[in-house]
Amino acid sequence: MLPKKIAILLFSLVLAAPAFAKEVTLLNASYDPTREFYEEYNRAFAKHWKDQTGETVVIQQSHGGSGKQARAVLDGLEADVVTLALAYDIDSLHKRGGLVPGNWQRRLPNNSAPYTSAIVFLVRKGNPKNIKDWSDLTRDGISVITPNPKTSGGARWNFLAAWAYALKQQGGNEETAKEFVKKLYKNAPVLDTGARGSTTTFVERGIGDVLISWENEAFLAIHKLGKSDFEIIVPSISVLAEPPVSIVDSVAKKRGTEPLASAYLKYLYSDEAQEIIAKHYFRPRNEQVAAKYADQFPQLHLITIDDDAFGGWQHAQAKFFADQGIFDQIYSS
Amino acid sequence: MTKSTTEPIWIRCALIGTAIFFLALFLFMPMAAVFIGALKKGLVVFLQSLIEPDTLASVRLTLLVAAITVPLNTVFGVAAAWAITKFNFRGKHVLLTLIDIPFTVSPVISGMIFVLLFGAQSALGAWLIACDIKIIFAVPGIVIATMFVTFPFVARELIPLMQSQGIEEEEASLTLGAGAWQTFFRVTLPNIKWSLLYGVVLTNARAMGEFGAVSVVSGHIRGATNTMPLQVEILYNEYNFAAAFAVSSILTMLALVTLAAKRFIEWKSVVNCHSRSSS
Repeated sequence: MLPKKIAILLFSLVLAAPAFAKEVTLLNASYDPTREFYEEYNRAFAKHWKDQTGETVVIQQSHGGSGKQARAVLDGLEADVVTLALAYDIDSLHKRGGLVPGNWQRRLPNNSAPYTSAIVFLVRKGNPKNIKDWSDLTRDGISVITPNPKTSGGARWNFLAAWAYALKQQGGNEETAKEFVKKLYKNAPVLDTGARGSTTTFVERGIGDVLISWENEAFLAIHKLGKSDFEIIVPSISVLAEPPVSIVDSVAKKRGTEPLASAYLKYLYSDEAQEIIAKHYFRPRNEQVAAKYADQFPQLHLITIDDDAFGGWQHAQAKFFADQGIFDQIYSS
Repeated sequence: MTKSTTEPIWIRCALIGTAIFFLALFLFMPMAAVFIGALKKGLVVFLQSLIEPDTLASVRLTLLVAAITVPLNTVFGVAAAWAITKFNFRGKHVLLTLIDIPFTVSPVISGMIFVLLFGAQSALGAWLIACDIKIIFAVPGIVIATMFVTFPFVARELIPLMQSQGIEEEEASLTLGAGAWQTFFRVTLPNIKWSLLYGVVLTNARAMGEFGAVSVVSGHIRGATNTMPLQVEILYNEYNFAAAFAVSSILTMLALVTLAAKRFIEWKSVVNCHSRSSS
């Protein structure tokens, strides 16, 4: 029995080794809700690359909560490119490991974010709890589903959108905003580690009255699981989420994939890619494509991360999500 | 049986009823749900979802991991059990306790240990990266984590049996002039073979089914570092329920086969004991 198993093992290793060596591979470490989008984009890019260079490229995907993915890359996951939910997570690749240069965000157009998204609500069909805006999420007896801001990029955008809403109310200030988000998170029965986990909690396991969600994730849930079960509610204030992309320089250099990785990210801004982006309910940057798909996206009052309320990701992360930050204060007390 | 030695009928019924209710609730219904979910969209979808390239890759990886970990842990388990039960040495009890660590540590922690040890943030990890040796977020890491989680099974199966068997037969063999290896293969191994097989079956089941530790070290690269349990989670999270349940049903089948093998081995070993004692 033993020799046979060893023979099988050796055989499979022999078989596996050349299969890995032949192709040019590229690993994209991404966040949760981009799974379906990158699956299609990778096919389009592989074809484009083949036409241009004659080379066959196999693009591998890894998905998880944005913060968790950044952590994995820091720990040695050899991703040639990262396409994460927020700039802070790529910043940490620079700060903690020097894996990317400090100016990474200026290397590609639009702050290196080839697509944007917003934060919306997903409620059950007919909106039985009559949820219209952020203030409804703090009502007694409303159960809110949102992921954990410590691990999920989407969850941080959710938190900031709620914060912005509270600040912009009559007489709104830091104290009232704190009180507001505290009440909101009191209504959250579970905090999943990633956005997709929260979506499955809400749509599959049927927990909660409202899911605070990426716009594209909400559309996808409706699209995949039928219009008859859910509807999207647009709050009066939302945030413009800019999920950025970057080469992981240290990995790409070592693996010799820099030109390929750079082309992979640049092609995200092409007309073809922007169409795919819109098809997967992300908001395209290209104005023509955006105009073409304008009907698809609701009009939103969007605040960016550079708004005075947040002051950029570095500042927002330290203030809200670092240990002992505002999220810890309101969630533990 | 007289009335005084048995419980009233209603107590017996209540106990049996409770047991059956719990079995149905926690065992039969979920198992049925897995198979119904797998076949909900028909046999064609079921088979198609199994031959999908990423899923096939996960099956291959799972088999590869089991093919490496099971033989190695079998050798380790026999060696450890042999050392502990047939010899006296200092630190024997420490070794006995250490073997149980993987049982007592949460699998997530087991995974974290290896990320801390081999990750790019550690000195060893930095050196490995400089030498271009990939451990975590690659197949070797998954194998190591699986080995860690499964190494007690064989030893734990063997130790009680070998302790009860004592060392007389080995001593007899040695005094009659047999060598150490000869004694091991002719005397010790035949005595423990059914327990050993049982341990191997359990090791294999856990090696193929491990989720927590593997999830931490996997890196979740599609078609490369996802084992079957991880693939189930991915498919489920992608609203691909038929495929998720199809892969689950394969894992469940494996569990059922394992149980059947376990029953068979138990039956065999009982028969074996009887024939030995009667001869």
